[in-house]
Amino acid sequence: MEPFYEDEEHEGTLELPAEPMRINMGPSHPAMHGTIRMVLELDGETVMDLDIQPGYLHRGFEKSCERGNWTQVFPYADRLNYVSPMLCNVGFSLAVEKLAGLKVPERCTWYRMILGEISRITDHLTCNSASAMELGAFTPFLWCIKVRDWLWDVLEQETGARMTHSFGRIGGMAKEPTPHFKESVRAVLPQVDEVLLETESLLLKNRIFLDRTQGIGKLSKERALAWGVTGPVLRSTGVDYDVRKAHPYMFYNAVDFDVPVGHDGDNYDRFMVRFEEVRQSMKIIEQCLDKMPDKGPINADDPRFVLPEKLDVYNTIEATIAHFKIVMEGIKVPAGEAYGFTEGGNGEMGFFIVSDGSGTPYRVRCRPPCFYNLQACREMLIGDMVADIVPTFGSINMIGGECDR
Amino acid sequence: MDLGWLVLVSILKIAFVIGVLLLLFAPVLVLAERRQSAFFQDRLGPYMGGFPMPRALLDAIPYLVLGAYVVAALCGVMFAISLAMVATGNGQDVLFTEPVFGIEHTWGGLMLVFFPLAVIHLVAAKILPFLFFDGRLTIFGGLHALFDAIKAFTKEDIVPPRGDKFLHSIAPIIAMVPAFATAAVIPFGPTIYVDYLLEQLPADGAIGGTAIDIQVANLNIGILYIFAIAGTGIIGAAIAGYASDNKYALLGGLRAASQMVSYEVTLGLSLVPMFMLYDSLMLPDMIRWQGEHVWGVLVNPLAFVLFFTASIAEYKRVPFDAPEGESEIVAGYFLEYSSGKWLMYMMGEFIEVAVSSAIIAVVFLGGWEVPFLTRAGWEAFGYRFDLTGTGFDVVSNVANSHLFIIIVQVVAFLAKVMVLALISIQVRWTLPRFRYDQIMSLCWKLILPLSLVNILVTGIFVLLFQQMGW
Repeated sequence: MEPFYEDEEHEGTLELPAEPMRINMGPSHPAMHGTIRMVLELDGETVMDLDIQPGYLHRGFEKSCERGNWTQVFPYADRLNYVSPMLCNVGFSLAVEKLAGLKVPERCTWYRMILGEISRITDHLTCNSASAMELGAFTPFLWCIKVRDWLWDVLEQETGARMTHSFGRIGGMAKEPTPHFKESVRAVLPQVDEVLLETESLLLKNRIFLDRTQGIGKLSKERALAWGVTGPVLRSTGVDYDVRKAHPYMFYNAVDFDVPVGHDGDNYDRFMVRFEEVRQSMKIIEQCLDKMPDKGPINADDPRFVLPEKLDVYNTIEATIAHFKIVMEGIKVPAGEAYGFTEGGNGEMGFFIVSDGSGTPYRVRCRPPCFYNLQACREMLIGDMVADIVPTFGSINMIGGECDR
Repeated sequence: MDLGWLVLVSILKIAFVIGVLLLLFAPVLVLAERRQSAFFQDRLGPYMGGFPMPRALLDAIPYLVLGAYVVAALCGVMFAISLAMVATGNGQDVLFTEPVFGIEHTWGGLMLVFFPLAVIHLVAAKILPFLFFDGRLTIFGGLHALFDAIKAFTKEDIVPPRGDKFLHSIAPIIAMVPAFATAAVIPFGPTIYVDYLLEQLPADGAIGGTAIDIQVANLNIGILYIFAIAGTGIIGAAIAGYASDNKYALLGGLRAASQMVSYEVTLGLSLVPMFMLYDSLMLPDMIRWQGEHVWGVLVNPLAFVLFFTASIAEYKRVPFDAPEGESEIVAGYFLEYSSGKWLMYMMGEFIEVAVSSAIIAVVFLGGWEVPFLTRAGWEAFGYRFDLTGTGFDVVSNVANSHLFIIIVQVVAFLAKVMVLALISIQVRWTLPRFRYDQIMSLCWKLILPLSLVNILVTGIFVLLFQQMGW
């Protein structure tokens, strides 16, 4: 397809050509996040063909990571999926800890799981409510964003930032949980559940919503697997692949939760899978809260990777030197390579890292779920109508930061 | 009535209609729409627009409130005294030598003066602090719409460089004018008999003297005029889409044109049963029929639902706003419009909401008819509201006077229209949007056949009742 330039001879005239109309959707289209461009061939309103072109973000995450030291990757990881930054933070920590052979304390793992699941809830709520808004239903969007703000209040209390926390560290977390952590999480979960029910009551019995989502943007099980699709998009087609169940990391094999699975792979199934995952995440959080010890270290006891206590830095020469070495030279991760993976908001979030033994990453390669999901988007959309593009694209939950590294 | 008088009355009527649309419905609907989104998000909403007020006035507000309470209390005391005087029969003719409103007791007259005064001051004391916000006169945020309009008109007006400048400029006018023009045949109230304003009218029979309809033009084709004029609005949308040199606008224009043409058909057909019932196309006749019998919505609820749906589709609001489709085709046919031209589209849309709500109110909700209120006064199940000889005859004299009844009926009509318009705003925040092909199949496969069936069934019943002599 020749997407870029219109035929010069059409300039200056207004006419209705009989051949398929070619339309540029994006990158400056409100639904394309400013980072995606779709070139559509339309027959009336039906999409005959389309070409999806990412690459308008120009961020260079992977290259930027090779310039700083290992700890300085966290702010970049935050901005991969900025709707659920904690999942990316933890994912990168796990990859580096795997390469370094580091074990974090039990309390830290529970803490990471809780914060990660809260992030997952915010991610799914954002995606689902935005899908509803793209169908013109504005109210569910505002309700879900309200809930997201409550959850972000908890994250802000813990990390100091609402969105890009940069809270993960190699060998632990930046700070201990605050004294009121468990109470505030326990207080907010029932409210989330309530709004979830409200939102469902507004949408799921609505004929217009069902007509607009059921059977739209269909993806078959085989094609989804062929494209490497993961996450809710894959599960909506009927494959029960969830990294948390298939390859348990952290303590996911110690908690009880279900993997919701759809069977049509259409917009409706993706919507329902996400809402059910929010419920499962809340179930996981409750179990984690019960199991997380109130006392105990949050960081690994390893001076090569973890910064010493500030009090010791000022009072003992050993701690001062350790602090100096870590800050100035960076953490020395042993040479080698490792692939760390987590279930991110949109699917398998993997980090393939290579270390040459210095304080700087030799290579950080990210496996972003969005990019693979976006590949399958073209197949979903051909044959549907213009009005279906945006809701389907929304249900993929393409996050620009993740898709364009 | 001579010609000069006629012209003056017509100008007044046009000014009234445009004033009601522009000063009442447009700001209230804009405000309702924007406030609703603000409430969902715990935002303050459009509240800020207003005229700056001098510090002295703002500082004086608490004292003004206090003063209003004091005046209200005094008026209340005076009202109580005059009420007691009337009730004990001690009223004497001191103030007025001529009866006013047929009221002969001075104390009765005072009673009528002090009661409204007390209420007005009480209400003023309650709402006065809320008229101001942050040092500005905002009138509950009602002035925000005005400031929005001023802002929009002072913005840069952009015409796409390769667009058709003439068509681009004329399209918003074509789209907005019909919205106002359709308001011409809507009766906002009953006939005013100028010579008998302060008296009670007879229950039936012709009344002489000067008569004024609160309606700009009472055409004998009545409602067909509305359909004819509203149909021209299609051209505005289609031209806008064509002249903008933008493919999204073109798509929006095409969607708008096909949707409006389709729903134009059902809009007319869904009302045909009502024409058969009322046996007239003139809107005042429809209202009188409903006043004598029962509201149209109770006779034929199906027609009400069909017409309400079709009219929402006709003025392109959610869930039928595919021509705008802000998530997919950005803003549809008025994508390339800015400044005052954009405002004309938005204003036209809100005016259309008000006008079509008015049509629904006239055809289905009895227009200005209020239950138990006839031309001759308040009446229920054969009992007339009349207090003659009890000492409180002043109350019934005022309540049954022609002027008071007109005011009540006009206010009732505006209230009905406002409720219907607010319902359609509420719909906008509740329902998702149809897809273009779903809108079409809803029109041609569901609403059109249903309205045809409705015509058939209603026709059978009308003939049956005529045969039985009802």
